[in-house]
Amino acid sequence: MYAFDFEKPSSIAEAVAALKDEDAQALSGGQTLLPTLKQRLASPSKLVSLGGIAEMQGICHNDAGQICIGAATPHARVAAEVAANYPALAALAGGIGDPAVRNRGTIGGSLANNDPSACYPSAALASGAVIVTNARQIAADDYFQGMFATALEEGEIITEVRFPVPQSAAYVKFEQPASRFALVGVFVARFADGVRVAVTGASENGVFRWAEAEAALSANFAADALDGLALPADGMIADLHGSAAYRAHLVGVLTKRAVTNAA
Amino acid sequence: MPKDSGIGASSKRREDIRFLTGAGNYTDDINVYGQAYVHFLRSDVAHGRIVSIDTDAAAAMPGVVRVFTGADFASVGGLPCGWQVTDRFGQPMQEPAHPVLAQGKVRHVGDPIAAVVAESPEQARDAAEAISVEIEELPAVVDMKAALSADAPKVHDDLTSNLCYDWGFVEENKDAVAAAFEKAAHVTTLELVNQRLVANPMEPRVAVGDYSRATDESTLYTTSQNPHVIRLLMGAFVLGIPEHKLRVVAPDVGGGFGTKIFHYAEEAFCTFAARQLARAVKWTSSRSEAFMSDAHGRDHVTKIELALDADNNFTALRTETYANMGAYLSTFAPSVPTWLHGTLMAGTYKTPLIYVNVKAVFTNTVPVDAYRGAGRPEATYQLERVIDKAARELGVDPIALRRQNFITQFPYATPVAVEYDTGDYHATMDKLEEIADLAGFEARLAESKARGKLRGLGVNCYIEACGIAPSNLVGQLGARAGLYESATVRVNATGSISVMTGSHSHGQGHETAFPQVVADMLGIDESMIDIVHGDTARTPMGMGTYGSRSLAVGGSAMVKATNKIIAKAKKIAAHLLEASEADIELKDGQFSVAGTDKSVAWGDVTLAAYVPHNYPLEDMEPGLEETAFYDPSNFTYPSGAYACEVEVDPDTGRVTVERFAAADDFGNIVNPMIVSGQVHGGLAQGIGQALLEGAVYDENGQLLTGSYMDYAMPRASDLPFYTVDHSCSTPCTHNPLGVKGCGEAGAIGSPPAVVNAVVDALRRQGHDITHIDMPLSPSRVWAAMQGE
Ligand SMILES: Cc1cc2nc3c(=O)[nH]c(=O)nc-3n(C[C@H](O)[C@H](O)[C@H](O)COP(=O)(O)OP(=O)(O)OC[C@H]3O[C@@H](n4cnc5c(N)ncnc54)[C@H](O)[C@@H]3O)c2cc1C
Repeated sequence: MYAFDFEKPSSIAEAVAALKDEDAQALSGGQTLLPTLKQRLASPSKLVSLGGIAEMQGICHNDAGQICIGAATPHARVAAEVAANYPALAALAGGIGDPAVRNRGTIGGSLANNDPSACYPSAALASGAVIVTNARQIAADDYFQGMFATALEEGEIITEVRFPVPQSAAYVKFEQPASRFALVGVFVARFADGVRVAVTGASENGVFRWAEAEAALSANFAADALDGLALPADGMIADLHGSAAYRAHLVGVLTKRAVTNAA
Repeated sequence: MPKDSGIGASSKRREDIRFLTGAGNYTDDINVYGQAYVHFLRSDVAHGRIVSIDTDAAAAMPGVVRVFTGADFASVGGLPCGWQVTDRFGQPMQEPAHPVLAQGKVRHVGDPIAAVVAESPEQARDAAEAISVEIEELPAVVDMKAALSADAPKVHDDLTSNLCYDWGFVEENKDAVAAAFEKAAHVTTLELVNQRLVANPMEPRVAVGDYSRATDESTLYTTSQNPHVIRLLMGAFVLGIPEHKLRVVAPDVGGGFGTKIFHYAEEAFCTFAARQLARAVKWTSSRSEAFMSDAHGRDHVTKIELALDADNNFTALRTETYANMGAYLSTFAPSVPTWLHGTLMAGTYKTPLIYVNVKAVFTNTVPVDAYRGAGRPEATYQLERVIDKAARELGVDPIALRRQNFITQFPYATPVAVEYDTGDYHATMDKLEEIADLAGFEARLAESKARGKLRGLGVNCYIEACGIAPSNLVGQLGARAGLYESATVRVNATGSISVMTGSHSHGQGHETAFPQVVADMLGIDESMIDIVHGDTARTPMGMGTYGSRSLAVGGSAMVKATNKIIAKAKKIAAHLLEASEADIELKDGQFSVAGTDKSVAWGDVTLAAYVPHNYPLEDMEPGLEETAFYDPSNFTYPSGAYACEVEVDPDTGRVTVERFAAADDFGNIVNPMIVSGQVHGGLAQGIGQALLEGAVYDENGQLLTGSYMDYAMPRASDLPFYTVDHSCSTPCTHNPLGVKGCGEAGAIGSPPAVVNAVVDALRRQGHDITHIDMPLSPSRVWAAMQGE
């Protein structure tokens, strides 16, 4: 690691102010950022820890019936505390990494990072979540903008994530054998007004919604409604762990499985 | 009845208490007063000419003690290779220089170019970044066959080509083998890759060099499986330090798997720099460095052909293998694809004619050397895969085909220069059929099918040559070392014992198992005996631990030394009992006069040895300490039969290992629990190779699998509960314990079982698949199902 200054503010306002310094960077669970620093691939002048901000911690329900998760809430808490109300989301959180990662890593860090193989982005997109920041509210449909790219402005902090709760939902993750991130992950959420299907791990543009599957499932929420639907391999990630065609194929398989699990 | 102590007892591993409670003393736990830290600047290109190195800025950085480059090592030897292979034409292999720090060229990503010694690791690393190196990048050679083409860039400019050697074995059989193929009723051919692996011991390598101006002595603390070998190689060949001025200590070592056998540049560097600076210098590898500096394993590309007669008897076997050496010759690299591989090509079968051809090739990759099994897994994999393929082509049961060709008469001289002393391959196969419940396979198949899963069964045998090795024999084969082992049994005045062994425990449980042997021989409690290992200043010259040799060779030395102790102790007892030496019996720690009730206890005799008041001083020296060296007269030949059942998900290609059974013949067993543990660990690594692991370079020589993000290690959840059995025992005939060695078996025998099982599953589903290269990742299996 290169040397850096460290601040641990106790309010969002203080954190936003601290992040105004040039090359200051937010630190949440550190599960992505710290390995990057250790490899000397980043050299922030200052790390601003979000871990001491009470208003960014914990889970509650708002009047609209949404589950509101503080951005600095670790995966393990989400896994435990939303199990009753949103089991698919809890299962997703419980399937991230290992216990150490789940007890440190946070939902805000995951969504801010927007790794193309991360799990949470698919839940946020399929649920039609709202990403709340210190400055505004961003609909998930507008938030994800490609691999590691989001709508966040410089210095903007995610403070909370609001999830509408679907009638039923499921996340199916096919693990990349080494990292155990999603080689492909599919989140299917069925709402009264339609079905949303979000796919992570597969596309060179990061998490995306599979419109044809959504239309088919909105008409008939059954795995065989997907028969004959396939995504083109074009634009899919190809690497050591799977070709573009393989990933495209997996999207179909996993979507069916998610529908079966959600039904 | 299971015994509760001594040979045959499952004594609990006493060393685990310190390992599991954080009390272990690993090399990184060793900190010498005033030590400095080194950071190595490593090449990030695979092949290039060093145009210039400017260290001025780095040298001026805070905390920097000194910056070293290749120029500082101009007068120092290179890292030696410990085995010289002679090629098919009687010529010695091509042996390039292996500098401690790069001289003129860099040859793989990770090749050390410069080293910064500073007051802290961070300062050393900061300064290393300030070194400016100009490298003229050269085209890299990564693919072995391409490396042998006439216009390929040369890894070593002073060699004639990238060919290290072209080895034929047995060269005189070549024509006879060809003739047998002409006459064969059936020939099965298979081309396969035994992929490159990274050993990944839990503890990365560490070296601490220390130097005393007072005594002119150097000490190296290092993560080694064989401190004496390092002392000899580094002292005599690299740095020119005589043994009496050089001590090498390998304290607790957190796993080796072969990769900590070798002498590495970092060890020589720290020892050298400590002398130059008159202060200790420490290096701790990061995991990222380990991926690009620890010797890798395997990396063979093979074509194997099996000839059968009309009755399905194996009549001849022929192989052609390309073996990757990487950019330099690691310590024992040349021996792995030759003497540790070619000699095992007979397997458990009476194939009369065998010809093995191996071309060892230099490429711009990390050096490759022995990794758990070393050559024997490569031999087993290709042989057991081609037999499976032959059985399918002939429409015969793969087990029956194996049984039909089993060697049944012992001793058996194979056509590849080794003589198996004992074995009973039908017995281990019978045992396997029982413990794997092969009779129940059809029912399990149906049950899997009902769940939409493809089930497959893979069975194979293996044999290995362990207990390496008769020194005179390996000397003829090109080893530049002897392969005996040593032990000193030091009995203390009150009867407790320290056993100094040249073997080294880095997870194997020697501290538990070795005392069981000595305790059993003396009839005293195991807790009275401690093992001392891993320190050249405290142990007699010994060759260390690898090749499943510790009990077979090191244990035999211990038995010899203990027998000397018993002989002398009986003389002392005879004196104390005023009886004839011939009448003295030792049982349960008591010396008694046969046929009488007169006896003295172990402790009375040991005390007399050191307080020799009533002692035959005119006939015998006081004291009770004996040393023995044991040089084996043959290898040992553990063997076994393994069965694997997998399920393949037809939609995704994902393979899960549902059942795994191993029936091994390890000869006599000292500690059955430890033996089972060794098999379990070996199976995990073998299944890891079959399904998950693989080091991959791109065409520019960049390691694509340089971290656990891309290099897939097996985890507990990838493995089934194993059924292991080692009750089939044909004791080794030529060592005093009748033991054969068990450390590598699991890693040798399991990869073909897994691959055979997956191929079986897919063929049952109608896929015309004969082979898939490891690792059988979901994407590869799926691609195979698509006919790709
Ligand atoms: C071994 C391992 C396995 C893993 N497996 C998985 C897996 O299976 N699936 C998966 O989805 N993830 C996985 N992860 C990633 C893990 O979920 C991380 O925790 C997560 O991606 C980042 O969250 P964090 O809180 O650790 O963020 P940090 O590492 O602290 O930060 C990540 C980035 O986000 C920024 N940031 C953090 N919080 C905020 C915020 N509130 N507002 C704005 N920017 C912010 C930081 O500045 C930084 O750029 C794994 C990680 C590890 C180490």
